[in-house]
Amino acid sequence: MTKAFLSGNEAFAEGVRLARPQVISIYPITPQTTVVERLSEMVENSSLKSELIHVESEHSALSCAIGASAMGARTFTATSSQGLLYMAECLHYASGGRFPIVMMNANRSTALPWNIYGDQRDSLSQLDCGWIQVYVEDAQESLDMALQGYHIAESPLVSTPVMVNLDGFVLTHTYETVEIPNQTDADRFLPPFQTKNKMSLDNPKNLAFSVGPDNNMEFKYLQHKAMLDSKRIIEETDKKFAEIFGRGYGGLTQGYRLEDADYILITLGSITGLCREVVDELRQNGEMVGLLKIRFLRPFPDEDLAAALGSVKAIGVLEKDISFGYEGTVYTNVNSVIAKNGLRLETYNFIAGLGGRDISRENIRAMFRHLQTGGQHVNFIGLGVSIDE
Amino acid sequence: MSKPYLRPYQKPQKLSDYPLGTASEAGYLVTKNCGWRNERPIIMDECINCLQCYLYCPDGVIFKTKSGLDIDYDFCKGCGICEKICPKQAIKMEVE
Repeated sequence: MTKAFLSGNEAFAEGVRLARPQVISIYPITPQTTVVERLSEMVENSSLKSELIHVESEHSALSCAIGASAMGARTFTATSSQGLLYMAECLHYASGGRFPIVMMNANRSTALPWNIYGDQRDSLSQLDCGWIQVYVEDAQESLDMALQGYHIAESPLVSTPVMVNLDGFVLTHTYETVEIPNQTDADRFLPPFQTKNKMSLDNPKNLAFSVGPDNNMEFKYLQHKAMLDSKRIIEETDKKFAEIFGRGYGGLTQGYRLEDADYILITLGSITGLCREVVDELRQNGEMVGLLKIRFLRPFPDEDLAAALGSVKAIGVLEKDISFGYEGTVYTNVNSVIAKNGLRLETYNFIAGLGGRDISRENIRAMFRHLQTGGQHVNFIGLGVSIDE
Repeated sequence: MSKPYLRPYQKPQKLSDYPLGTASEAGYLVTKNCGWRNERPIIMDECINCLQCYLYCPDGVIFKTKSGLDIDYDFCKGCGICEKICPKQAIKMEVE
């Protein structure tokens, strides 16, 4: 194990290096670019032996990864925002074909208005594409989830691609001290990729066949079942990771000061760190507040949420997303858990950070105040102008 | 590689009967595909076995036999390319 001062992207590249993918297909896009730059350097200086293919678009980047995965290769690609959307068709091909590709997505705003800064509307708009989606909080978790991502995706029960989401700039481009595991431990954690879902010259296959109404629904059910089964694999993967590397993340969700908490803020990604500090501050003032970080949005941690929110008075979902015409998508998902489990609590949605807008400590304090006083259900945080015209 | 042939279709009975991904043995044919054909090519005695039709058939349905050539009507779409390419007019299209 060594320590290094790395950005989120650079940490992720180290995680990919330790996972030893045989094929990496790359097309650069801000703010993902530095992850593929680091990987290119690693291949050039032979610290990573991999076929690095510089393709002509994101659609090609994922298509290339699908093709390589269909030959039984461990594959990696990375994208962001418009690139992810340009991949949209291939996202379904990858998950439907059950190819365990790991992809890093640098969460970034979607055009128009064109903007390179971070929000989560890109990946949340692709929630139904059949990929496992995890949102990481810091550079260490970025590196670790590159490794865990392959372990989860390649589990024979799962065989489903994994998208690891890093908040654009605030995580991809900020530097932290990161522990880099040694290769021996990484190999012990992540054995070589083996699958029956591949073709070869000795075993030619028809790939990506069509399936009519008589059998199509069964294939879709199998995808759904694999995603549900992945919940257990995600927990087991994190436990195995903790045994080898001495740190874990708690699986699908990670709670903070939930004990006796009456008011809980639900977060996603890098904003969690600041929210945790505000929880500490408010707890010092005697306020019964807590925090629940959703790590995996697919599969959705419905059991974890139901268990954590059983005796709570109010919750707020903070997300960098709006599904225009309704509310934040994470909020919709959380509310469905509350309805299904007959929980009696107030729920609020805080839409913040769109297009890279800063979310301040005072914004978060105000969210907790809102949970206690009540008010509008869906709230835009940090709008610079009055909306009461 | 030998010509793929039509095999009986086994309806899956349980989830584990389905493949993991959307891939399976190449050339595993379980359904005919000739429903829109309205003329069928007939190879006549004038055939000199030059194999032009065999090479040009877009669906690969013309195959060699011990005595010459034959056509797999389960997959022939009736496009008539074999009739056009035949140098001896040894293939005629017959209305079905």
